[in-house]
Amino acid sequence: MAEARTAERAAQGEGHPSGDERFALLDKTLRKARYQQDQLIEVLHVAQDLFGHLSEDILIYLARQLKLPPSRVYGVATFYHLFSFTAPGRHSATVCMGTACFVKGAEEIVQQLEAAHDVRSGQTTEDGELTVSTARCVGSCGLAPVVVVDGVVTSHQTAESTLAHVGEVLAKEPTEAST
Amino acid sequence: MAKQIDLHDVAHSELEMRSRYTTRVKACSSTACLSAGAGPVRQALDQAAEREDVNSDVQVVPTGCMGMCSSGPLVRVEPRGAEPTMYAQVTPDIATRIIREHVVVRKLIDEHVLDEDQPFFSRQRKIVLGNAGRIDPERIEDYVAEGGYQALAGALNDLAPEEVIEIIDDSGLRGRGGAGYPTAKKWDMLRRAEGSPKYLIANGDEGDQGAYMDRTIMEDDPHRVIEGMIIAAYATGASHGYIYVRAEYPTAVERLERAIRVARRQGLLGRNILGSDFDLQLEVRIGAGAFVCGEETALMASIEGRRGTPSLRPPYPTEKGLWGQPTMINNVETLANVPAIVANGAEWFGEVGTAQSKGTKVFALAGSLVNTGLIEVPMGITLREIVFDIGGGIPNDGVFKAAQSGGPSGGCLPASLLDSPVDYESLRKLGSMMGSGGLVVMDDSMRMPDVARFYMEFCREESCGKCAPCRTGTVQMHALLDRICEGVGRRRDLQHLESLCRTVRQTSLCGLGQSAPNPVVSTLDHFRHEYLDLLVPDVSYNGTAPSVPPRPQAPDPAVTTKGGSR
Amino acid sequence: MSRGNGRPSIPVTIDGQEAMAYEGETILDVATRIGVRIPRLCYLEGLSVWGGCRLCLVEVEDDPRYRLSCATPVVAEMAVTTTNWELHNHRRRIVEMLFAEGNHICAVCVSNGDCELQDLAAETDVDHIHYDLQHPDASVDASHPKYVLDRERCVLCTRCVRVCNEIEGAHVWDVGGRGSDSMIVAELSKPWGESPSCTWCGKCVLVCPTGALAFKGRAVGEMRHDPAVIDFLKTARDEGKWYERQEAR
Repeated sequence: MAEARTAERAAQGEGHPSGDERFALLDKTLRKARYQQDQLIEVLHVAQDLFGHLSEDILIYLARQLKLPPSRVYGVATFYHLFSFTAPGRHSATVCMGTACFVKGAEEIVQQLEAAHDVRSGQTTEDGELTVSTARCVGSCGLAPVVVVDGVVTSHQTAESTLAHVGEVLAKEPTEAST
Repeated sequence: MAKQIDLHDVAHSELEMRSRYTTRVKACSSTACLSAGAGPVRQALDQAAEREDVNSDVQVVPTGCMGMCSSGPLVRVEPRGAEPTMYAQVTPDIATRIIREHVVVRKLIDEHVLDEDQPFFSRQRKIVLGNAGRIDPERIEDYVAEGGYQALAGALNDLAPEEVIEIIDDSGLRGRGGAGYPTAKKWDMLRRAEGSPKYLIANGDEGDQGAYMDRTIMEDDPHRVIEGMIIAAYATGASHGYIYVRAEYPTAVERLERAIRVARRQGLLGRNILGSDFDLQLEVRIGAGAFVCGEETALMASIEGRRGTPSLRPPYPTEKGLWGQPTMINNVETLANVPAIVANGAEWFGEVGTAQSKGTKVFALAGSLVNTGLIEVPMGITLREIVFDIGGGIPNDGVFKAAQSGGPSGGCLPASLLDSPVDYESLRKLGSMMGSGGLVVMDDSMRMPDVARFYMEFCREESCGKCAPCRTGTVQMHALLDRICEGVGRRRDLQHLESLCRTVRQTSLCGLGQSAPNPVVSTLDHFRHEYLDLLVPDVSYNGTAPSVPPRPQAPDPAVTTKGGSR
Repeated sequence: MSRGNGRPSIPVTIDGQEAMAYEGETILDVATRIGVRIPRLCYLEGLSVWGGCRLCLVEVEDDPRYRLSCATPVVAEMAVTTTNWELHNHRRRIVEMLFAEGNHICAVCVSNGDCELQDLAAETDVDHIHYDLQHPDASVDASHPKYVLDRERCVLCTRCVRVCNEIEGAHVWDVGGRGSDSMIVAELSKPWGESPSCTWCGKCVLVCPTGALAFKGRAVGEMRHDPAVIDFLKTARDEGKWYERQEAR
């Protein structure tokens, strides 16, 4: 993969990857953070926004740039649940599992979603189409139960309505979508 | 050198600008209403105003949360010199009609009017949320026009830092994050602490499920939080401040950062604030999904870019906190109370609430209620008033079973305690706690052991793993609860559960572990029979062993003591 | 730990025994000095205080909460009780849960007979485990030429992390993951043998309280740890006492 190669070169300290502009953006963030070690979490956020997930190359790159031991970067990144180390699916369905949603049957929705698409919560389907996850509280408790599909909040969901909606979203865009 | 804002000028010109409009239409643009479709509603309002050519008479203002989130999207029409009207569940079509009929020809759309005389609104007392739903959170002018930053100006001009602390002390303000520690005491400790620089942190890492008080405050009135922080920093001698916000709240982050930029440009932050010799730098720091970071020492670790594990106290943060420097952490809601107290005086604040718990508390009402949403009520109000007057009772003629306050760290309050007042002491005495303000109401369709299991699962997921009793105890307690809830638990499992509750509570390192057993203990206190009903009867040896459902897992070693130790 | 200069000046009572403590000493320091044993697991003399095992909690008179003896400095007239029935039970449950968390089968462990967890089980009267064994499916890392890491025997005391960072200065180890998924990782969760920063010094192995870190090639019961070497090293460096080391191992 081109991404891996460029990152590797960067990791070897040859300044930085020609092609991948995302590293340039990451560098900009690092400069803005004045390479302060306490900015690690902020920088990880930016890296995840840029690359979609935190690959090993990125972690090595950040460890180098911030002059931190790799095990420490790994420890911090894996402590926080918002950081992801695998590429997300093309579509996402996040079921809110806050108390209000739980009280109104969010568990059922998760179970049905998992069964229908043969994934575990927090994982992506084998074809890379759908990531199913749960959230702690989306903060829209008045609309419980809430499911966030591709970033759009849908309210007062049932298992059936969620499955139908997710099915629609998946069907809308055929698999050959671009990178 | 930043230019200095002239508060009176800004307020004056803003009020003058407002008075040019005959009608102001406020459209709730809070997260809850946005997810209910407030975005298109606001567009429709703007377009309709343009189409009807009333642009110069009508101002459409995007505001923060108006409170009754279950009826969103909400729109409030405020004609000059006439009674305001609130509309509920507004669609783009209704929005167009609001402009065309209500604004232009002054004809109300009756079927969508939301009565503001109902207890949901009239029983509330708004201090912290005074501006929420009334001003455009992205405009500092709106905040200043409502008297914003006057308290700060007054404090900087007329009060010594000690006098500010005295006012806070007299007001009886206590930490709104849950524990209820007297705010002035904390401030005083930081003031007296030796070392420089000193840090001030606003804790906006609201992790309780079903709680979004702090988010609303930060999103709807970011300048109030900032003003509270500047006053706190002035009183305590802090020169750097951080606002720690959950990454799950991108809007709050965006608005706070914007507000900080604007405030800096206006000379309200940075060097020589409002012409005084007081300096303060503010920064927003974002969490990354860890409930434990609401704990003070874990929060500081996270700000330092480390794993968010709590550390031992003492030393307390006010002695040795961020980077070893004296640090004070206040909840966002606590700080948002400060400008109002300094502006109106301690006595004014003390009139609200009870003798021990003064002022108001913001709650996020959720669960089986007719009205759910965000409310601010005087301390000491009874649970019954919150549930039945403000919340409108249980929908579909359901029966109130219990209310959980304080989220996974709190406890449940059964119907028999409906008349107990809601304040720090009373709740703690009842085995619950104020928490940050989540209040979830459950009707009689909920099984309480399931509720306890739900919260224990949360604690298990959120345990940081540093201390053994919390890391392993939450796993074991969850396994025991799971067994009981699935109907294969035995009396012995319940005994183990109770003893583990004691151990985890008394030996865990931080608040998360210490309070993790609370939901179990309180549901056991009030609904023990529900647990007992789920247990498998003990095997008797008189030849009539009752049928036992198959166990889901390999037998636990403790079972294999037949001929052995006991 | 800090042993101040001059005379001990703070009177304290530990389990009825009166003693004089130095300024800045912790309860655990004083207790150890006067021969009162307080159970502990993550604490190790010479390393920073972690406070994670919670076994060294003690009762302090007039204090409603138990205090962590490894981290609480003594104050004058402090009266400490190191064990009561409740504390004993708490400790037993914690030790039991640590056993349940990993796969601790003493009969096949290199550290059998030289294991602090085993000693603690005896000390806290653990005779069987009342809780569900979690049967973790953790990995064994035998990639290092000299040492082995068996994560199923790890109790997450972080002594290895601290000794590597604080004494050796290599920071090979850190804790990855969170909660019950926490585990000790080398570098970016890489095989230990591939770690470019590991100096093969073996201090992490010497301080491990269980059989999680061991010398390669040792059979069941053959592993001998030497955690006290760290305190020796620290004092030797700080105070120049290079000769006060008894023969070990």
